[in-house]
Amino acid sequence: MSQTKTSNEPLVDQALAEEHGLNAEEWEGLCALVGRQPTLTELGIASALWSEHCSYKSSKVHLEELPSSGEHVVHGPGENAGVVDIGHGWVAAFKIESHNHPSFIEPYQGAATGVGGILRDVFTMGARPIACMDSLHFGAPDAPRMRHLVDGVVRGIGDYGNCVGIPTVGGQTRFHAGYDQNILVNAFALGLARRERVFTAKARGPGNPLLYVGSRTGRDGIHGATMASESFDAESESKRPTVQVGDPFTEKILLEACLEVMRTGAVVAIQDMGAAGLTSSVFEMADSGGVGFTIHTDRVPLREEGLGPYEIMLSESQERMLIVAERGRQEEVARVFRKWDLEVSEIGEVAQEQVGRVLHGSEEAAVIPIDKLADATPMVRRPVEVPKDLAQRHEMPAFEAEDPQQALCRLLDTPELGSKEWVWRQYDHTVRTNTVVGPGGDAAVLALKGTPSGLALTCDVNPVYCGLDPFVGGSQAVAEAVRNLACVGAEPVGLTDCLNFGNPENPEVAWQFRECIHGIANACKALEVPVVSGNVSFYNETEGVSIPPTPTLAMVGVVPDLGGVPVSHFTTAGDRLVLLGRTHDELGGSAYLRLLLGIEAGKPPAVSLDSEERLAGLLRYASFEGMIHTAHDLSEGGFAVALAEAAFAPYKNWGVRASVDLDPRTLFSESQARALVAVPAKRVEEFLTEAETEGVDAVDIGEVTETGRFEVDFDGGSIELDVDELRQLWSTALPRALDL
Amino acid sequence: MRCGVVTFPGSNCDHDVYHVLKHVLSQQVGFLWHDKADLKGAELVVLPGGFAYGDYLRGGALAALSPILEAVREHADNGGLVLGICNGFQVLLESGLLPGALRRNRSLRFECRDVFVQVERADTPWTEGYEEGRVLRLPIAHGEGNYVASEADLEVLEETGRVVFRYCDTDGNVDEESASNINGSQNAIAGIVSSEGNILGMMPHPERCSEAILGNDDGLALLATAVGAATEVLGLSR
Repeated sequence: MSQTKTSNEPLVDQALAEEHGLNAEEWEGLCALVGRQPTLTELGIASALWSEHCSYKSSKVHLEELPSSGEHVVHGPGENAGVVDIGHGWVAAFKIESHNHPSFIEPYQGAATGVGGILRDVFTMGARPIACMDSLHFGAPDAPRMRHLVDGVVRGIGDYGNCVGIPTVGGQTRFHAGYDQNILVNAFALGLARRERVFTAKARGPGNPLLYVGSRTGRDGIHGATMASESFDAESESKRPTVQVGDPFTEKILLEACLEVMRTGAVVAIQDMGAAGLTSSVFEMADSGGVGFTIHTDRVPLREEGLGPYEIMLSESQERMLIVAERGRQEEVARVFRKWDLEVSEIGEVAQEQVGRVLHGSEEAAVIPIDKLADATPMVRRPVEVPKDLAQRHEMPAFEAEDPQQALCRLLDTPELGSKEWVWRQYDHTVRTNTVVGPGGDAAVLALKGTPSGLALTCDVNPVYCGLDPFVGGSQAVAEAVRNLACVGAEPVGLTDCLNFGNPENPEVAWQFRECIHGIANACKALEVPVVSGNVSFYNETEGVSIPPTPTLAMVGVVPDLGGVPVSHFTTAGDRLVLLGRTHDELGGSAYLRLLLGIEAGKPPAVSLDSEERLAGLLRYASFEGMIHTAHDLSEGGFAVALAEAAFAPYKNWGVRASVDLDPRTLFSESQARALVAVPAKRVEEFLTEAETEGVDAVDIGEVTETGRFEVDFDGGSIELDVDELRQLWSTALPRALDL
Repeated sequence: MRCGVVTFPGSNCDHDVYHVLKHVLSQQVGFLWHDKADLKGAELVVLPGGFAYGDYLRGGALAALSPILEAVREHADNGGLVLGICNGFQVLLESGLLPGALRRNRSLRFECRDVFVQVERADTPWTEGYEEGRVLRLPIAHGEGNYVASEADLEVLEETGRVVFRYCDTDGNVDEESASNINGSQNAIAGIVSSEGNILGMMPHPERCSEAILGNDDGLALLATAVGAATEVLGLSR
């Protein structure tokens, strides 16, 4: 090869490799791979592809445990998004991804580009995005910068998704001091495609042109993937330039143009330029297609002069796609993009030999054997260690139970359990006219136009449980998601996971990760839910302190018939209230302990997958038969909080009169596999019989009333409140806590 | 009726209106591309919601300069029906087809929620399917819906009865200062018509509440009336 060093390139040696995040072994691997001293561009490419963010080097050995196949699965992990069959000839492509590090540094752009990236992952598959969700984990409301972070993230998500016109129909917003220095922004998107029209990112056909479309390339986001693979320190603020800037308008026209061009038949493969930009898209496409490529970086359209091959290959400028077109049909492709006022540039071609060649004018900036690069990707099995303080944290401290009436008011008055409407009102959740149940319910429900059926979406994880027992926490997240889907009559068809953890080089964090995966895998196998896509985010750590383990799960289900879908609030006076499932004294890791008493200890509630399966089966059956008006899952805050929430209907406060066999502690217990349903009085006998047949404990505890009064008798007392008063606390808690 | 839905780069409610006109109301519908001054024979032209050109400059400002607006103007001048919803309303104002402007919401935030509006005029080509005074629940989703107009324009609008929809509470009470006037619009204005009544601009989205499965079909009568199908669809006498 010709001399590769350009005029002002720094010396490429082990010290520079270290600055790029490569350890000694990886540096040697790279030298062996290229068979000489690597060029700067080669070093940049290897450092990006081998970063934790792109290579999954610490997680892969564990991820293989997750079940990824099933009768509905069309494409499992490894594609831009997982794809499942949802019937009527349709498939759903979906994925969740983290944008944690950039969002903490620059919340508005960090969150916005998180939405942009996940939308591209979905339409890259040929699927039209129809829904988004976001799982947000913030620090304590009074932590430094938190008000700014919450406001910025919510505006960023809203401005981007609203402009592109994809409804944000659900998600989570949580607060915990464990995220004071590392907030989490996990963005989910789902798209629809006809089964036979799914696209993949496999390059093929030597001589086929590589077309670059979308925004021009700038200096933004260079080494974003590497940043996302490091912990934060006092200097992290200075990393602002590594955060990308979003342009939702370009995304929208890119989306329309890509979907249109895919219908021409001239597209062989298509891939967005996400983390590690052009580098990851071209290497991944070539690798999965078993081919090579030549790229001329000097043909890449630039936003500013003076970018070299190193920067062009690593830029994470947003809203860009790489297309492999059928040779000779470039003009057909270009015509579509021109119609949408987008630039198309031919920047290279597919090659037979499995080598990636990066040329910049006459300069050979990188020559990397692709098959060997994949093989050389370092895999690590990190040492694990049970946290030293775990046994101590499992001990349940003695505490005096609060007055239940007071406790209920105080719980509803927290941003954790209060209404999240302040957040989701800033997201368009009704565009595309599919939203049957929007944010605020147990699961969102979308109509599948032209069919009687629908899709249900939910997003779940309880990091407090995961911190106290990652195995149980992992299982619980799966169980709760299945339960939430069942509350709207949906059967799960797949899930996508966003595994947010601290520093995997810390053996206690590595243990948390392994245990969480065990727990998720175990529950997924038992409840038959395949994991079809996902993302791992490590190094959510600042100055040695890691976040609570947070395996966010987004689960998708199918509602066979939208006719009788129950809602999470009451709808009809006179309906009988039935409590499903069995309550134990399980306050370990509960909202009650954490939010009222400042205690985060004990063992999280036990998960019985068998009970969950029976409960979910009953709920789905009753929903399909139109037997229930209301179904609401019991989770944080237990029975008392769930009952209050169900009384808050849109524009109306219902009353309840109930008598339960619970005490001042168990009113707030977070025992799993429970739900509250409201059944029309004339069908309650039938429902109770059905519950008995299914083996689900069911007790008729009272009725829905018109009075707007919350009247509950329990063992040793009663709660008597105006629902309006409770709602006042609940509906304003979040903006009040943050002064927004 | 032949209907045309205009697509500007960045329109994102075009498919929604198309869906209701075509699949719920069984009309002939086509998309109209922004860069041609050709309505392809459409009798009803809809400027849909969305973010034309990203609205980076000002809602509807660039879209108002599109070639198709010339054709829309000519169509309107000849008495043809033109409906602007949300971003489409912004385009109508920017192009001068209706008076006034839309500022950022009073909350300075994007607001997506259901609002209540009162039908103030039931004798327009858009609202004959409603009774005067009826309170409708309609979805909104916008950041710039705060209607303002010059004193003179407002006076004309009010005196000639061109305010068709006004934000109100669930019982139909209109109060400009109250939270029911969701975006802070002058006189709580949610929708207005041209002097001949053939152009309607409104912030709420009737197409998002035109199917029972979505839990609300208060908007259907508007679109049904516009395409002259109110009688068949709603069983109403016109």
